[in-house]
Amino acid sequence: MTDTDTDTPTDTPTDTDIVYAYAVLRRTPEAARAVADLRGVAGEPIRLLEFADGTTDGTPGLAAAVGPVPAADFDEAPLKANLEDLSWLEATARAHHAVVAPLTGRGIALLPLRLVTVYRDEDRVRQALDARRDDFLPLLDRVTGHVELGVKIYAAPDSTPPEQKTDQETGQGTDQRTGQETAHGKRLGIGRAYLAGIRRRKRTAEDSWHAATRSASHITETAGALAADRVAHRPQSGDLAGPVPGPNVSNDAYLVPENSVDDFRTSVLAAAEKFPGVQVEVTGPWAPYSFALPPEPTP
Amino acid sequence: MTQPVTGGLAGASRLPSPYEPPGGQAPSLADILERVLDKGVVIAGDIRINLLDIELLTIKLRLLVASVDKAKEMGIDWWEHDPSLSSRATAPDRSLAENPNGSLAEENERLRAEIAALRAADRSPAP
Repeated sequence: MTDTDTDTPTDTPTDTDIVYAYAVLRRTPEAARAVADLRGVAGEPIRLLEFADGTTDGTPGLAAAVGPVPAADFDEAPLKANLEDLSWLEATARAHHAVVAPLTGRGIALLPLRLVTVYRDEDRVRQALDARRDDFLPLLDRVTGHVELGVKIYAAPDSTPPEQKTDQETGQGTDQRTGQETAHGKRLGIGRAYLAGIRRRKRTAEDSWHAATRSASHITETAGALAADRVAHRPQSGDLAGPVPGPNVSNDAYLVPENSVDDFRTSVLAAAEKFPGVQVEVTGPWAPYSFALPPEPTP
Repeated sequence: MTQPVTGGLAGASRLPSPYEPPGGQAPSLADILERVLDKGVVIAGDIRINLLDIELLTIKLRLLVASVDKAKEMGIDWWEHDPSLSSRATAPDRSLAENPNGSLAEENERLRAEIAALRAADRSPAP
């Protein structure tokens, strides 16, 4: 397609294909074989695009998994509109993931690129990635032989994070009045009992939240001991999180040696059994999305 | 695709299943988005869904996936007026309505301010 268009004018720019880059990986025959089975976000065949030659001291060459996608969907204006469409975004995100995940599943070390990393042509992909080659090599070394597992810890459904102290103040005021039985005593008593009930429920909810965070730190310790690295994600609570067993206390990603994935899962779930107040979900294995970035410089 | 397709989805036009744990279901959209959009190697592409746009989108989605309520508490509510990602919003695009003659530079400045505010909210300590 783009390879062969020379001086032939195309009808409109949106009729041509542009190049979607999915991941950076080492250039190996195994990787080339693995990508050959894959289809991308536009249903297009995926191939390896070589961008950095190996060196004589054994540094392997690098390649990107790429596929041609229609400019009609992925050029600037349509892409901007598409990204605002949650159903398009979901389909594209899942399709992007479906290119990257099977490679990880076959034990191929890779660095996933962010969604919709798109270039005019393959030469531009080579230029852009070659400029970053020195960043990629140490990151690839770090993730080699590892996969990412997610561990989400949920508190009981009625748990709530603690709030400000205003309630306590209210509580003291009410307590001072106890014992003064008046003609309205019974009614006040009902009111006070109601408020006390609210406070009690709230305390219980906060207590169970605190208990859950304590449990979570034990589970995190267990998980951390079995992993090469950990990255904390934000706890999920938005509409996209779907049905959950309770408030999300922690949401972490672990870089786990691929031969101890089962051990990690079993151990973390076993550790979670000791804490009845929490539910634990282990997700993955994922490609090492959360470990494909250079460590954040500490400010 | 070696995993058996589970349940009644077999007949549906389901995309080839990604790398899934044995017996596992497809990952949740939140789990996928927080990885493919928020993590991974960030490298500028040619197509200028430029860093500004994608950063806005990323932060908007972060708010959808994570702490919408928290952002509201902090007084950040502009997405309520943004028809793109809010199912509640029915108002027309206010940035255009209020600023019909706005230059790109002004628009750019507005977006940068929004990003700065969202970043500040986003960096609040995780529990």
